[in-house]
Amino acid sequence: MDERTGQTGESRTRLPEPFAEWFAARGWQPRPHQLSMYAQVAAGNSALLIAPTGGGKTLAGFLPSLVELSQGRAGKGLHTLYVSPLKALAVDIARNLETPVAEMGLPIRIEARTGDTPAHKRQRQKTNPPDILITTPEQVSLLMAQEGAEHYFANLRTIILDELHALAPSKRGCLLALAIARLERLAPGLKRIGLSATVAEPDSLRAWLMPQREPGVEELASFVEARGGAEPDITILSPPNERMPWSGHSAVYALPALYEAVKQAHMALVFTNTRSQAERLFHELWTINEDALPIALHHGSLDVSQRRKVEAAMAAGSLRAVVCTSTLDLGIDWGDVDLVINVGAPKGSSRILQRIGRANHRYDEPSRALLVPANRFEVLECEAARAAAFAGAQDGEGPAELKRDVLAQHILGCAVAGPFHPDALYAEITSAWPYRNLTREDFDQAVEFVSTGGYALKAYERYAKLKPMPDGRLRLAHPRLAQAWRMNAGTIVEAEMLKVRLGSRRKSSAGRPLQTWGGKVLGEVEEWFVEQLSVGDTFLFAGQVLRLEAVEELNAYVSRTSDTDPMIPSYQGGKFPLSTYLAGRVRQMLAEPSSWGSLPEQVRDWLNVQRWKSVLPRADEMLVETFPRASKHYLVCYPFDGRLAHQTLGMLLTRRLERAGMKPLGFVCNDYALSVWCVRDLSLAIETGHLSLAQLFDEDMLGDDLDAWLAESMLMKRTFRTCAIIAGLIERRWPGQEKSGRQMTVSADLIYDVLRAHQPDHWLLKAAWDDAASGLIDARRLAQMLARISGHIVHKPLDAVSPLAVPVMLEIGREPVYGEANDALLAEAARDHESGLIDDAMRLV
Amino acid sequence: MMQLAGIHVHPCLSGAAWLPDYEALLVADLHLEKGSSRARFGVHLPPYDTRAGLAALAAAVNRWQPGRVILLGDSFHDDDGPERMDAGDRAALEAIAKKAELIWVSGNHDPDLPASLPGQHSRELALGPLTLRHEPTVKAVAEIAGHLHPAAAIVRRGRKVRTKCFVLAPNRLILPAFGAFTGGLDVRHEAFRPLLPGDAFRVVMVGRSSLHLLPGRAVL
Repeated sequence: MDERTGQTGESRTRLPEPFAEWFAARGWQPRPHQLSMYAQVAAGNSALLIAPTGGGKTLAGFLPSLVELSQGRAGKGLHTLYVSPLKALAVDIARNLETPVAEMGLPIRIEARTGDTPAHKRQRQKTNPPDILITTPEQVSLLMAQEGAEHYFANLRTIILDELHALAPSKRGCLLALAIARLERLAPGLKRIGLSATVAEPDSLRAWLMPQREPGVEELASFVEARGGAEPDITILSPPNERMPWSGHSAVYALPALYEAVKQAHMALVFTNTRSQAERLFHELWTINEDALPIALHHGSLDVSQRRKVEAAMAAGSLRAVVCTSTLDLGIDWGDVDLVINVGAPKGSSRILQRIGRANHRYDEPSRALLVPANRFEVLECEAARAAAFAGAQDGEGPAELKRDVLAQHILGCAVAGPFHPDALYAEITSAWPYRNLTREDFDQAVEFVSTGGYALKAYERYAKLKPMPDGRLRLAHPRLAQAWRMNAGTIVEAEMLKVRLGSRRKSSAGRPLQTWGGKVLGEVEEWFVEQLSVGDTFLFAGQVLRLEAVEELNAYVSRTSDTDPMIPSYQGGKFPLSTYLAGRVRQMLAEPSSWGSLPEQVRDWLNVQRWKSVLPRADEMLVETFPRASKHYLVCYPFDGRLAHQTLGMLLTRRLERAGMKPLGFVCNDYALSVWCVRDLSLAIETGHLSLAQLFDEDMLGDDLDAWLAESMLMKRTFRTCAIIAGLIERRWPGQEKSGRQMTVSADLIYDVLRAHQPDHWLLKAAWDDAASGLIDARRLAQMLARISGHIVHKPLDAVSPLAVPVMLEIGREPVYGEANDALLAEAARDHESGLIDDAMRLV
Repeated sequence: MMQLAGIHVHPCLSGAAWLPDYEALLVADLHLEKGSSRARFGVHLPPYDTRAGLAALAAAVNRWQPGRVILLGDSFHDDDGPERMDAGDRAALEAIAKKAELIWVSGNHDPDLPASLPGQHSRELALGPLTLRHEPTVKAVAEIAGHLHPAAAIVRRGRKVRTKCFVLAPNRLILPAFGAFTGGLDVRHEAFRPLLPGDAFRVVMVGRSSLHLLPGRAVL
């Protein structure tokens, strides 16, 4: 094993008794990184540990605290706070930790606290705190704001942050960072321990952990890294006798080979990118499951009890495979997984490495992984991911910064904790790494927003939530506000979900509509998915084909059907865009035929024909093809910048083509390419100089065009809604009442429209715009792309569609066509019904 | 142009209805000062809904030059609304009152508006064969009302389009909510069921730039 420590080489460290003896009695050796962590923290340092799954990471994090507590420090108030992103894990971790503590006979009390912990237990934890409290980020915020927090945290020595690589890039991470800044004030010198999987830039996590007090000088935590000895063993599935699909994400062609791989393995995790893929794959696997292998399904929409059942079965070793989504990316090892199968595009190098790591249950043996591309482009992506994995290249997101909605929530939380002075709070907040660059002006606007909404029209001065005190501090105007804040704390905003319930049917009697009533809850789906369905439509959910019977309130009633082919093929959820890093590698591979050796023959043929019929662009170029087809004219470009950025590009291009008189009709995109079609001849317009591609793809599209589109964009409205809820502008819940998602959406959209019309520079609109730019709109990546291709556009007019264009062209008809013309759709519907009316009128029977 | 009990009714893109026979402009459910209504509880919604609603009303008045504007109830989100109004918004309201007579029909949100508002107050009123009131009644003969905030949705090419709408049945017209912060209730909701037996009604969906007449059965 290769083992590396950052600042001090402490591999000779010995653990004190009874720990050394406890390890020895089991025939175990403390791992070098466990010893290093102990040495670092015992020396008074904070530290980041990067270790693969199965590396004894959790124990490494706890050891320093356990040792300190064993040396007479126990029973003197809360000593260590352990924060995990997963609520379900808190209880498991507490249980796992109790074993060594009991075996060594240590007088250490360990308890878990989550949103599910009963009130009486929480109360006891408050008056008589355990030595170690295992909890979630949201609970830390609540604890920090509770009465008597100074006293409660006075003896806190250590905070341990698990899965930091997953927490830091999120808004939850921002909220946690702010809470830690507050804890530092209550317990000065607090030691911070971060536990993380491998990341691209460990230094940003090391800085994230530490208080940042001086501008320009980054404080870093110590660094301990453990590497697994064995390289992962990655195979790309390519059944030689099957036709490699041109598009689609289901990988059905590879099913027999995939099933064979499951059969060979002891226990396989089969990852997919979306829930619909998981459902489809699970369904298909069972149709060929002749050996009746116990194969289960696990994804975020399934009912919690069902998920827990699957997890328990995994742990008990009674399953052979679990088809799952990112819900199993994180968390403890539930079983003896010896093979990870990833179906579909890997999307990112870090992402795939982590998934592969789930098979790393024996630390020193190689993880075995099988990548299953679902179409030709995904073959390239899988190859790129395999190369990246061997190079150990990471491309995960860095920590999130400056989330304004989270800041607003935290400021009110601080007021709930007690009166604060803005100067002191500003200093405290900017000591948190994500907010180190927050300007005083921005902070003051945040305080103003929290207090009165921050409107140019000073309508709410008399209803201010924060009242000034003679000494310059601000206090909460009313205790009722504290209660509302507690009910709304946290940054997880759920999409509006409907419960999927089995409903029994009763024959309609005398004109009464069909009766349905509550049966078993199968899980939850997004409301928008159900909205697209009509009664009688069938879809796959929880591994079965279901028929929609009725929608009432927040329930979708369904019945089981014997149909094997659902009518509605998919519902989305959790689509990650292709990472910039992996996209770069794919472009590189396309440009270098010498690297095609490992590709399946069909894929090589495909690329060779492309080279012959059109062009294969160099890695720094973007190819634009134009060609006629079925009385329309197509423009297909290949930015490889992910679906989100392509969608935004498509919206903006159609606007510009409209202005150029090309009469665009619609567009579709995938992770690799974008296809726009028009009435006018694009090749001709470019040839005669009427249309300039350089101008069409000019960076100035991110100005007015983007702005005008955003006014209408549903994606922007969805982003704003999330910000408004987190920032407390819209309440999720208030005492005694729970507002349904449906009502909230309406008002968030209306608020967005009104605010945009009357105060377009409002602080919260800025917050939403920043979020959208790096999120659903992905304007940031689009901007990078436009800069990259400027002066590097290669245009190829063609007589017919090229091989490279086929995959995105096949999306037409499968994906909804994007556009803004709601009125056009309404007019079309009205026209149809006009003629329908005539049909009805002329019908003779 | 549509007719109700022989009276011409012209639904407008703004959500108002123009009755040329009486030179009357009808609007329902403005919910003015809804933004400020929960302010004292610490919910600080943008205080711009009143000016947005009044600006839309002023535009409709300029367009049709009505003799009277009949506000079909829930004109204010609550009876204290007029008091909370900003000076600028109050001036905007008075400017409208100078151009046309205002008739405030009371609604469940504003049963008792202060007399200081410009114009007349009424519980319900008759306009020829028509009865105008806030809340639709089941046994109506020829009624124009609001209250329900009707909305309708269609799915077209995989996209759902949902808008506010007018609902027209042989014996009634229900107006969409006019206010800036007013959401919509689907015409398929059970609240509409006793008022619209069967599918014998039509909707006029209010798009961004045009209106669209659809039979009730075409609506989701």
